[in-house]
Amino acid sequence: MTIPVDPHASERESLPRRDPRLEQQARNRLHPQHLIALQALGRGAAAPQERWMGPQGVMRRDPHVGHFIAANGRKRIDRSGRSGPAAAGAGQPAVVAKARVLPLVEIASPAFLIAVVPDMTGGRLSSHDRDVLGLARQIADADPAHQGAVLAVTFGTLREDGDAADSVGLGAAGADRWLHFADTLHDGYAPLAQLAELEAIDTRLAPRLWLLPESRTGGGERGRRLGARLLCQGDALARPSGNAYQLDGELAAIGRGELAEVNVTGRSGNGQQDLTRPLTRIVLCEAECAEPVEDVRHAALPLEWEAASTAHAVPDVIEDLGLVAVDPSAIALGEAEFILSAGNGIRDWDGFHRAASLLGATEGASRVAVDDGFMPRARQVGATGTWVTARVYVAVGISGAIQHLQGIQRCDKVVAINTDGGCDMVKRADLSVIGDAGAILASLCQQLEAERSAGSDASVAGQVPAAASASSSTSSATLAADAA
Amino acid sequence: MKADRSSVAQQASAPLEVVSLVSLGQHPVSGRLRRAEQDARALELCLALERQSAPGAVSLSAWHASGSEIAPGSEQDQALRGYLGMGLESLTLVTPNAPGADPLKTVDSSLKAVDSLKAADQPVIDVWPLLVTRLKQAAPQLVVCGGQGETGEGSGLLPHLLAESLGWPLVEGIVAIESCDGAHLTALQALPRGQRRRLRVKLPALVSVDSAASAARQSAFAQARRGELSTLASGELVHDAQAETFGVAPARKRPKRLKRIKATSARDRFKAAAAKAEGGGGKRLEGVSAEEGAAEILKLLREEGVLR
Repeated sequence: MTIPVDPHASERESLPRRDPRLEQQARNRLHPQHLIALQALGRGAAAPQERWMGPQGVMRRDPHVGHFIAANGRKRIDRSGRSGPAAAGAGQPAVVAKARVLPLVEIASPAFLIAVVPDMTGGRLSSHDRDVLGLARQIADADPAHQGAVLAVTFGTLREDGDAADSVGLGAAGADRWLHFADTLHDGYAPLAQLAELEAIDTRLAPRLWLLPESRTGGGERGRRLGARLLCQGDALARPSGNAYQLDGELAAIGRGELAEVNVTGRSGNGQQDLTRPLTRIVLCEAECAEPVEDVRHAALPLEWEAASTAHAVPDVIEDLGLVAVDPSAIALGEAEFILSAGNGIRDWDGFHRAASLLGATEGASRVAVDDGFMPRARQVGATGTWVTARVYVAVGISGAIQHLQGIQRCDKVVAINTDGGCDMVKRADLSVIGDAGAILASLCQQLEAERSAGSDASVAGQVPAAASASSSTSSATLAADAA
Repeated sequence: MKADRSSVAQQASAPLEVVSLVSLGQHPVSGRLRRAEQDARALELCLALERQSAPGAVSLSAWHASGSEIAPGSEQDQALRGYLGMGLESLTLVTPNAPGADPLKTVDSSLKAVDSLKAADQPVIDVWPLLVTRLKQAAPQLVVCGGQGETGEGSGLLPHLLAESLGWPLVEGIVAIESCDGAHLTALQALPRGQRRRLRVKLPALVSVDSAASAARQSAFAQARRGELSTLASGELVHDAQAETFGVAPARKRPKRLKRIKATSARDRFKAAAAKAEGGGGKRLEGVSAEEGAAEILKLLREEGVLR
């Protein structure tokens, strides 16, 4: 038996050929040959495919698959991709919720530098810092042919708040270069040492612009100190533009060095007037002055910084004697950092007050606790009481009425202690412990007391390495290089 | 504030020279001139220091720098007398030399770096050079002022410029002076979130006060009438040419930032609109002993650094 040789076989194989009969059988689910036809068309045997690319390059969709029967007995299409063939792995790979990898932007040889000194309150970027970095980004990117780089200058101990490549999250916030002074000196109040570093940066790197967040003890003070120092050296352009919130004009002119082309608008000291002036080299920016950077990641490349050693040469005229223990109950609820809040689930009120004083937390309460007379009205947290901004909020025996949850919207970390595992507060909390509030608070007090009595003996030994690291001659700049 | 008489200088022979710099304030609603909020708090701080130290150990004076003399009975005069009403016998007006030859006699003036900005074409006088000259002559040990002015630019630069020109240390945001022994000053500084920090500053020094300090006492009318405004000429008249070019407008209300919607499909938009406040992915400990639960909470508190 001989096989006839087809001279055009290769040509025929390359042409897409449709088999209308097979397609009809595949479409007709009642056809006896249906499954065989599906297999022949390569659409999977186990379950029909939900989507496929048609011969014309158009995405085709089978409306009969990918549905489920809802509770009311009706057919429903699930568009979330959680069930159906896609999720089962029969068709295309399932859609997984994965951490988005942002595209990396690298600026190898920037035309100019915009320096930003974020406050890094508590070692993390605040939303105010992000806004200022966003403004710096806008200025640096104003002219794509003449792109600048954003230099972030940070002081003191920072916290991990990002991935391995971008440990503090400065890159995602828009910084291209990063200069970090890790000396523990900067964790306290060291305005003169910081001023010396900023002045050295200004001399050596000559940034076009300094952008600082206008805040009470952070950027506002640094910017004014730097401005006064440069003004007294005769640099009239260094006069800080305070409370600035808007830049008008062609931002690309800043990159070219023509600062006067751009006007900056800011509030006057009493907040009653807007002052518009030609842009100066130091701008103290209010919150929401620009949109923060999104969707891209910058390199935040640590800079090599020659040891300035100026920080140690600064005369010791301002000495930081450390934080003073403040009575937590004297702190206004709205600005307290750490709140222990009590609700209807508290039975042992003495134990609660004792826990609050041991933890050093400001006391708060839900509406029920206040109405029942256990706490004063001024301590009520929620929409009808005080809107709190605590970094850590511990809700003890609070189920989480919507008014209460509104009041704690701006809290960073919420800890719930509750007997009901299904309540709204537990859903909101970052850490929830289901159990009896009284027993947990008592155990908390016990553990704290045990640690403190043990710690008071060890503290004498513990102070030696701390003092050694503070007074070590290793300059902050080399520490920054190590961090790189 | 606790009275700490033992640590305050007690030699009657060399009293601690304290100068409080005061400026003209403006009421935020009526717009009338008044004593400035922060400067009044600064003066209150000085009065508290005087009260807590031995009699005669502190010699307090209040200065106001002005581009021109202030006519008795004028609005500026009334506003400055608000400080006298807090218990001062006299207030010193620091004015430029040769005020008679000055064509700018009608100009309102304030303490802060930039003068009245009501009309853009009005000349603006820089007052900090006057104060630098005067402070160099008088050489007080401690200068206390408010952090930001209420009239004019209110840049908050003045204490920094003074500190920079005199070479003195400046500390900002002080709420209380604990002790002052003639060579060093121990004071409490306000931090955000109601925290306080103790600082030791070498004298002579500048201290600026913001709204966290204790509120100023009420001004007594009779004392304000009785008190004396004395003029003292020192330094040259300096124009602030930069500030004269500033455009001034009533403060425009800033728009609220809108929530940006990034959803691409109707389902995402619906989900964003109907989202409940859920932490999502919070750690949940159920069926553990009270000790384990407490240990976990303590771990979180320590990670966040709120335990002291």
